[in-house]
Amino acid sequence: MADNKGTALATESTPSPEKSEQFPGDVHWYDLPDDDADPEEEAEPEGPPVSGDTRLRRVIRKVTSLGRRSAAVALLLVVWETFPRLGVVDRVFLPPLSEVVGAWYELALKGELGEHVGASLGRSLAGFALAIVTVIPLGLLIGWYKPVADFLTPLLELFRNTSAVALLPVFTLILGLGETAKITFVLYACAWPILLNTISGVKTVDALLIKSARSMGLGPLRLFQKVILPAAVPTIFTGVRLAGAYSILVLLFAEMVGAKAGLGYLINAAQFNFRIPDMYAGIITISLLGLLFNQLLVTLERRFSTWRIT
Amino acid sequence: MNKITIRGVGKTFQVRGEGRPFAALEGIDLDVRAGEFLTLVGPSGCGKSTLLDLIAGLTTPTSGTLQLDGRAINGPGLDRGVVFQQYALFPWRTAQANIEFGLEAKAVPGKEREERARHFLDLVGLGGFADRYPHELSGGMRQRVAIARSLAFDPEVLLMDEPFAALDAQTRESLQEELLSIWEKTGKTIVFITHGIDEAVYLGQRVAIMTSRPGRIKQIIDVTFDSRAGDLRADPRFGEYRHHIWTLLRDEVAAARRDEVLSVG
Repeated sequence: MADNKGTALATESTPSPEKSEQFPGDVHWYDLPDDDADPEEEAEPEGPPVSGDTRLRRVIRKVTSLGRRSAAVALLLVVWETFPRLGVVDRVFLPPLSEVVGAWYELALKGELGEHVGASLGRSLAGFALAIVTVIPLGLLIGWYKPVADFLTPLLELFRNTSAVALLPVFTLILGLGETAKITFVLYACAWPILLNTISGVKTVDALLIKSARSMGLGPLRLFQKVILPAAVPTIFTGVRLAGAYSILVLLFAEMVGAKAGLGYLINAAQFNFRIPDMYAGIITISLLGLLFNQLLVTLERRFSTWRIT
Repeated sequence: MNKITIRGVGKTFQVRGEGRPFAALEGIDLDVRAGEFLTLVGPSGCGKSTLLDLIAGLTTPTSGTLQLDGRAINGPGLDRGVVFQQYALFPWRTAQANIEFGLEAKAVPGKEREERARHFLDLVGLGGFADRYPHELSGGMRQRVAIARSLAFDPEVLLMDEPFAALDAQTRESLQEELLSIWEKTGKTIVFITHGIDEAVYLGQRVAIMTSRPGRIKQIIDVTFDSRAGDLRADPRFGEYRHHIWTLLRDEVAAARRDEVLSVG
């Protein structure tokens, strides 16, 4: 067991912590892999100055690739516009896209939309930020100190399998109908992806790197600071990105149950009052918001893990 | 003058699921002289790496004593540098920053750290690659960086655990040559583990041959050539040393294989 290096054909790639984005029971449709890898956008090989002909060809290729990738979305928009107009679906329940956009514009003009977006974002970001600040240290502790892990794991397993939605009434009972309950709710939902990824980030640090650092006389504290933490950052950030998506998705639910402002409230209230275009305007806003936020986090994540390319 | 003194060292491991402990090393006696290049060959599974871990202070012996300059080894330290087969570079650090790692551990001030790292990058012929990350370097380059990292904090002993085993034959030969010239330049004491007989004879002033498990030192052979210039491997003495070690190892490899069959079957 001490010496199994008989084969001279060991692979050359530096081992790196395995990506561990998903955990059993944690898989949702929105955990689908982000379309990070985009073969169309690969760096073009640097070569001699390109002639006008190839440059033109490159532009054409870019345009066609963009067209191909946005085709499905465009098709959806066309269907949304035409089907209600043609009477394929009831336009009362699904107004044509143009009407929804008009309603969205009006809401935006009145300042109502901004108000709701502000309220929602405030709650989401507060819960998300609190989750990052409290849960990463907890995860590091659990990942690094086995006694802490032994002590907390059963409890965490229990809570991990308790849906945030199931606990919402509890939060509301204890913390009231105000902001605290909603932020706590977001915090709870965001905690899990961050916690699990942080723990696995710490645990999957390549043993050889630890051995190498130890051979240079590093004590436990320095080892943690100089090896464990930097090695775990990309994995932790994967959890942070997932939590970012959760923070927006999950908040909506809380806002539908008891709130006076926020996009969830807007969607719910509009449906109640039969302001159907407003409802769709709210839904579109939340989708775009989620998309934007996720894109931002993906960009950040990539910056944090440039070295994790093997 | 002995740099490292090993007396009666044994190491046993408790294997999970098996009642009796597993003896990796038994009664190792070995002296490493100051400034010498000692290579250590043995069949796979004979505990070579365990012995190196013990010298590095990464594990403690079950019996016997290990001394460095007459003082007992009780833990790792910057007076010994370890080079691993799989490089063990920190992937989030550039070549330069990797070399600075050990200097940070030694609390060398920033400016001097940078200069020393540059110096050792130049020494291993990677002056232009300071800002590259490990994944942007070839296997041979990574191992050069790892060697530079170990040399940079100026250890007295360099412990190398099959450092060239994962490299292709050509890269390996050029690195062997470079290592010899670095050794001549720096005067470090080097303990080099290998399972290649050619490598052991080419690099070592002395070659220590280990038995199959539990590992013991079977014999130590002095390797001397009239001149190391030219193609050393074509020297008839090289062939004689090679054959002699091969004969000594053959029985051990056979024993190791028997043992393997027994433990698997």
